[in-house]
Amino acid sequence: MSTLTKTGWDVVIGLEVHAQLLTRSKMFCGCPTAFGARPNSQTCPVCQGMPGVLPVVNRRAIEFGIKTALAFTCRINPACRFARKHYYYPDMPKNFQISQYEEPLAEDGALEIDVDGASRAIGIQRLHLEEDVGKLLHEGTLETAQASLVDYNRSGVPLMETVSRPDLRSPEEAAAYLRAFRAVLVYLGVCDGNMEEGSLRCDANVSLRPRGATELGTKVEIKNMNSFRNVKLALEFEVKRQRQALAAGERIVQETRLWDADRGYTRAMRSKEYAHDYRYFPEPDLVPLEIERAWVDAIRAALPELPRQRRERFVRQYGLPPYDAGVLTQSRALAEYYEAAVREFRQPKIVSNWIMSELLRELPGDDERAIERAPVPPANLAGLLRLIEDGTISGKIAKDVFQKMVGSGEDARTIVAREGLTQVADEGALAAVIDQVLAQNPKAVEDYKGGKTAAKGALVGQVMKATRGKANPAIVNRLLEEKLSKI
Amino acid sequence: MITRQDVEHVARLARLELGDAEIERMREQLNAILGYIDKLRELDVTNVEPTSHAVPLVNVMREDEVVPCLSQDQMLANAPDRVGELFRVPRIIED
Ligand SMILES: [Zn+2]
Repeated sequence: MSTLTKTGWDVVIGLEVHAQLLTRSKMFCGCPTAFGARPNSQTCPVCQGMPGVLPVVNRRAIEFGIKTALAFTCRINPACRFARKHYYYPDMPKNFQISQYEEPLAEDGALEIDVDGASRAIGIQRLHLEEDVGKLLHEGTLETAQASLVDYNRSGVPLMETVSRPDLRSPEEAAAYLRAFRAVLVYLGVCDGNMEEGSLRCDANVSLRPRGATELGTKVEIKNMNSFRNVKLALEFEVKRQRQALAAGERIVQETRLWDADRGYTRAMRSKEYAHDYRYFPEPDLVPLEIERAWVDAIRAALPELPRQRRERFVRQYGLPPYDAGVLTQSRALAEYYEAAVREFRQPKIVSNWIMSELLRELPGDDERAIERAPVPPANLAGLLRLIEDGTISGKIAKDVFQKMVGSGEDARTIVAREGLTQVADEGALAAVIDQVLAQNPKAVEDYKGGKTAAKGALVGQVMKATRGKANPAIVNRLLEEKLSKI
Repeated sequence: MITRQDVEHVARLARLELGDAEIERMREQLNAILGYIDKLRELDVTNVEPTSHAVPLVNVMREDEVVPCLSQDQMLANAPDRVGELFRVPRIIED
């Protein structure tokens, strides 16, 4: 076994993603789902798991599940059922979670991902709905805590679990899958995709097998990765750990490991933390669902444009390079920002350049809320680009103006007028500046005449400096050439 | 046949602490129940759909509408122990 080289292993990763659905009320009761409320202020006997209560399915949660399943080209099962998953943990006071087991809402789909310029379909095994559980806080540190504190606001919030097939071959592919997955959910409007607030959570199954083998190796489940970055780091760590263990001739133990983001490693959970014996059985309080064809057809007909389709349309309609189109469609808000700006300033590539180099320097492109509330709205970006186009300001000055727009929220024209940034296009005024620069730089003039054409660049620089960047560069170039040719 | 070990396992999953005599009594009772199931197995049910629900209903759903919750005080009044706005439960990480 240890004779295999470092590259002698194939990495096999499958992801399980839990997404909180953007319904107003919970999965089985009418309590609100709003994030950030006072602890235990959004509960009732149903979501607190009191005896004798009757849960009732939220129709919109099912609709969102169907919507997502269709986007992933899954087969919607004509009949599905809820099941009780039993376990004892204070995050779930009734000691079982209502989930789906043998008859999930949907199965057998795929999600296309792009890695290193190539696209690949990653299989989706199943998609089912369940209820979220309460949130546990520890009194003091986990090691010394004498008690745990519980907030049940999250208990009963609709969760959609999607399990991929073990088709991912590297931590990069896993991250690409998660990004593509998140984008689809956000485009559909079924989840806000916020990993930090826990609306999107990801667990991974990781195993290694000798290159080319078809049988799967022993898998390890990784939990507690709460950002894209942590998913990648945790998987990289785990792959390395397993590779080293296998190279040393050790056996991989099937277990669950927690990612410790602060310390940068995965650690085995104590076995008692995950005694898996869930004793699933059909939830007697919920009758089966028979998903009607007509309902599925109606949802399919109303599906919005998805990230991939939008990316392809951006390439087609705006003539953008695929890279630009990929960046601009990473979130629905950013794609909409781009299209709104292009409607007002019809030079698609210039708009794309400004968004990618300037706007995304200020804001994360995958943060819907940040883009929606951008301090420079699309109309203001278009306004700035018009000022460059009509020669009012130079591209260089425009970058400073953009910074000021970010800071103050004002439009470009206001800032340019107040700060006197209008480009000097007055040929008489520029000619006077150029004469002065030529007089002060005889050496550069001499070099230029002697054949060092690069010296002209230095002279242009001096003119721009003298006008504090406001000179129109095209006019400066022309005037300078005219004058140098006459010397 | 339900063994002692089976009873201990199920008791542990249900967080029940059983004494020796209780384990033995449970073992006998569970075996009696399973014996009855074996009797039911004698029936021919090849053409009968498995039943998980006794009522002939499907697709009972509600609209996604918020209804008032119980107040925080009412809910926390059920707590055997609390700290401020939170339920307090015994520590759950075992050594
Ligand atoms: Zn409730």
